Amino acid sequence: MKMPDENKLAKQKKRNQSIAFWIFRLLSYLIVAILFAILSFIVFKGIGVINWNFITQMPEEGMTKGGIFPAIVGTLCLVAGSMLFAFPVGVLAAIYMNEYVKDGIIKKIIKQMTNNLAGIPSIVFGLFGMSLFVNKLHFGDSILAGSLTLGLLALPVVIRTTEEALKAVDNTFRHASLGLGASKWQTTRSVVLPIAFPNIITGLILSIGRVSGETAPILFTVAAYFLPKLPTSIFDQAMALPYHLYVLSTSGTNIAESRPVAYGTALVLIIIVLIANLLANGLRKYFGKKVKMN
Amino acid sequence: MYKIESKNVDFFYGASQALKNINLAIKPNTVTALIGPSGCGKSTYLRLFNRMNDLIDNTKIGGQVLIDGDDIYAKGVNVDSLRKEVGMVFQKPNPFPKTIFENVAYGLRVNGITDKKFIEERVEETIKQVVLWDEVKDKLKKSAFELSGGQQQRLCIARALAIQPSIVLMDEPTSALDPISTSKVEELIYELKAKYTIVIVTHNMQQAGRVSDTTAFFYMGELVEYDNTKTIFTNPKVERTQNYITGRFG
Repeated sequence: MKMPDENKLAKQKKRNQSIAFWIFRLLSYLIVAILFAILSFIVFKGIGVINWNFITQMPEEGMTKGGIFPAIVGTLCLVAGSMLFAFPVGVLAAIYMNEYVKDGIIKKIIKQMTNNLAGIPSIVFGLFGMSLFVNKLHFGDSILAGSLTLGLLALPVVIRTTEEALKAVDNTFRHASLGLGASKWQTTRSVVLPIAFPNIITGLILSIGRVSGETAPILFTVAAYFLPKLPTSIFDQAMALPYHLYVLSTSGTNIAESRPVAYGTALVLIIIVLIANLLANGLRKYFGKKVKMN
Repeated sequence: MYKIESKNVDFFYGASQALKNINLAIKPNTVTALIGPSGCGKSTYLRLFNRMNDLIDNTKIGGQVLIDGDDIYAKGVNVDSLRKEVGMVFQKPNPFPKTIFENVAYGLRVNGITDKKFIEERVEETIKQVVLWDEVKDKLKKSAFELSGGQQQRLCIARALAIQPSIVLMDEPTSALDPISTSKVEELIYELKAKYTIVIVTHNMQQAGRVSDTTAFFYMGELVEYDNTKTIFTNPKVERTQNYITGRFG
């Protein structure tokens, strides 16, 4: 039997490959393009109102003028508060699940519940936070209640990324440490965690991004419609960027006039998330280097 | 008196039996090679001596493993102290992501030693023992990852020796190393014999022949033959052993 023309086959192969690659290439460019479009839209619309006063002053004239300082402070407080809660709880839970619990029904249940927790709509977290933290525990509409609610929301993200980070640590490190007579806790603390830490930081990045943009969970637990002063304690209400944005676009005193302020607010929110990401990325790199050195 | 003894040892992963009725006794200050095809149970057997198999869920052991005459699987045995007594070196060099110094000091630290001077002396002594000192003495504060594979493996041996075990288990310690590093580690094993009892799992027949005093051949979870290395390699009693050693199967 005669073999088909080799040149022709080779050409065909090459053509198919380049078609496939072009599709992949276009799709990845598309993602960049979408992100770029959203960012440039927000920047274009919002940059006009951004100035020093905008980020350091109180809102004025029914939120159509002035700044958004209290909302920035509020969001920063909420991010910090929720991380203060979610990070230790989530990391410790993940350590327990990955390093201590044996495979079996208990581990399965905890895992399934964590996944379920991640699937709950954020507005439900808001309702739950309101009934538990605001009403039952009498925290009232407060930074504390809002932080805890947001923390709950971030918990599954932190747990899951921490677990992945721990799983990525090669077992031979654990065995080597245990083989020297180290306890499980010594092994976890001085070998496993330092190796996993850069990746655990990734979980922090992701949850900061998520938490700072959430509106629904803070709706009933902390967010103030208009509160032109800074919070003085964790039991105070606060303004927050995403909620402020929502208010300006739907129920402000003058929606059309406050439109630029809304875009400015959106821009500030994006910038804060971006800075948080960059910061966390830097931390990740720093600890990644340090791990090798320690 | 034997250093290590196993009496009627069975071992199960879940329902599948990995070791069947193993009886074997190892004299102190000898090198024993465990050989056999992949999956024959030799690594599993090695890991019984420092109870590393405890880390795997759903396993079961039957029979007795004695070290210095004491059953290490008896109730109330402190596994951490057992592992301090029985050091282990792994297949791939696996130094911790710490400095060269801290890698060797780790075992001392986790066992509660805080005396700085003692730790420094012990680290130096051990690194000299594995003939690595001249290569690393100027970079003890550098990451262990900067060393070559062979150097890393000798560092891992030093790490195991620092806490002064009496037994050293080696699970294919040279399978990831180049020939020159391999021969360095083999020389080291030969020298360490004076102070330690060594059990080594290896896939390399020549290596078993070069470094060990006695050799145990495992097949399908059973101990087929156990004798002086010389006898095993020149005049084995069982045909299967002969076939494996000469490369006719395996």
